Amino acid sequence: MNLNELTIKEASEKLAKKEITSVELTEAVFNRIDKVESKVGAYITLCKEKALEMARASDERRKNNKILSEIDGIPIAVKDLFLTKGVRTTAASKILEDFLPINESTPTKKLWEAGAVLIGKTNLDQFAMGSSTETSAYKTSKEFDSTTRNPWNLENVPGGSSGGSAAAVAADECIAAIGTDTGGSIRQPASFCGITGLKPTYGRVSRFGVIAMASSLDQVGPMTKTVEDSAILLKYLSGWDKYDSTSSKKDVPDYAKSINRNIKGLKIGIPKEFFGEGLDPKVNKVIEEAVEQLKSLGAEVVDISLPTAKYALAVYYILMPAEVSSNLARFDGIRYGHSTIKKQDASNSQILEEVYSKSRAEGFGSEAKRRIMLGSYVLSAGYYDAYYKKAQKVRTLVKKEFDQVFSKVDLIVTPVTPTPAFKFGEKVSDPLSMYLSDVMTVPANPAGLPAISIPAGFTDAASTKGGAGAPASGRYSNRGEGFIPDKRR
Amino acid sequence: MSKLDISQIEHIAKLSRLKLTDEEKKLYSEQLSSVLDYVEQLSLVDTKDVEPTANITGLKNVLREDEVEESGISHEDIKLNAQKKAVLNLKTVILSCQESLSK
Repeated sequence: MNLNELTIKEASEKLAKKEITSVELTEAVFNRIDKVESKVGAYITLCKEKALEMARASDERRKNNKILSEIDGIPIAVKDLFLTKGVRTTAASKILEDFLPINESTPTKKLWEAGAVLIGKTNLDQFAMGSSTETSAYKTSKEFDSTTRNPWNLENVPGGSSGGSAAAVAADECIAAIGTDTGGSIRQPASFCGITGLKPTYGRVSRFGVIAMASSLDQVGPMTKTVEDSAILLKYLSGWDKYDSTSSKKDVPDYAKSINRNIKGLKIGIPKEFFGEGLDPKVNKVIEEAVEQLKSLGAEVVDISLPTAKYALAVYYILMPAEVSSNLARFDGIRYGHSTIKKQDASNSQILEEVYSKSRAEGFGSEAKRRIMLGSYVLSAGYYDAYYKKAQKVRTLVKKEFDQVFSKVDLIVTPVTPTPAFKFGEKVSDPLSMYLSDVMTVPANPAGLPAISIPAGFTDAASTKGGAGAPASGRYSNRGEGFIPDKRR
Repeated sequence: MSKLDISQIEHIAKLSRLKLTDEEKKLYSEQLSSVLDYVEQLSLVDTKDVEPTANITGLKNVLREDEVEESGISHEDIKLNAQKKAVLNLKTVILSCQESLSK
């Protein structure tokens, strides 16, 4: 097997046994990138020199018996929404095209302090706004002159907003990746690309240095080839951070130790509202088979109802744009990023308000503009109560309903998306239909609950032109199954 | 059914500090109206006596002692993103503020 196809667990064991070096592992990843990246387009920025430097440092530490952790030397891909010191960070927008962060985000800092290696920054929907990576301002797939493509079928989107990270993992262009999830942005692309994607409980992982989209909903999480790898990475990402006032002080357990436990008697809730109209019958079939498998392993299936969950999408599309309009106000053409001033010379000065509105209009893509305006509207005088405050109240009801249901079941199983991966261009001209594809992932975010997307099966035979290769041991095949586990886990 | 007309879009664009073309104003008027249509279903939910949730952690007043510590960011680092020349005429800034205040 090629080294780039290894999981974190496998690579870590081989490194520990000195069967391979981090440099060999990192070079294998870059060889793979050379082969398929022109088709997949997962990365906005590649850091080969820096990666090899970090890999050599890891091998040196290992030689002197001074490794930092079990992920020392493991090459990781990072969504281009995390500030990485000295490495261009764009949020997939033109407004930050040349932006070089002066500090490191807490989640990535923790990875490098554990010895991991940075491969590069992956593509995403602009400012994390989208479900297909199509709103990225960067054409990362050179062969098709498009943004990131789904490695399983190059005519399909990889999902979004963490589409680049998902594609990089699925195409073995990294050992693992990290992303962010505000309404499903880790879980949905994980599902479309047939990998594991986890959104932890809100507050579990620090958001410091992660370009903010919606501060009360954003969460950082692992995107990996196996569930075990997600558990391993989560341990290194988690923990209280004094720079994030919403971060949790709860202890960080060794999550990997909870894997492969007996699930006899585990109560699994199946909410009827998630299996009705709009669900693709092929997806339904895959989930039914997965649930049967869980039953055969000893789990108990309980029928439940989540009548308020259907309002979660409306809650999300009020609260999220409101927070976005606030968070993106900092991009004003003055502090940093693209400015309309660059085009002028001193003799042709402009009115300040024009500097703001022109810089922003030039730098932001249309989805960003839409959401900023939606947010400004629902927060504006005369509309605040009817929209924003109302949404906050329904948010309370959504959370209360989950709390009640979790007194009866340990986890909830649903499909991650109502349909399999869709084609490029299919939803991009109808924003509302794009938003509706989030309907199953969104409820977890306003409720702050942890949720994981685990591959459960293919809906159609996958057709690959460029091929991600056959799945290795421990990996399942494609398409979505969503877990919304109890906070207790 | 709330249809946002062009003048409302212009107002929102101004609040958002976004300069829009005429085509954009028309396009966003339609697209935003359809989204608002969808989210308006929340008016069907009974929220009498329900408290709003701003933050799901329930944390309040997360404070620290006002102590100075090193940021770890050098003067060189800070200049990484500074533009070579700051081109803002002070007179136009003042005029612009006066204009906004008089509205």
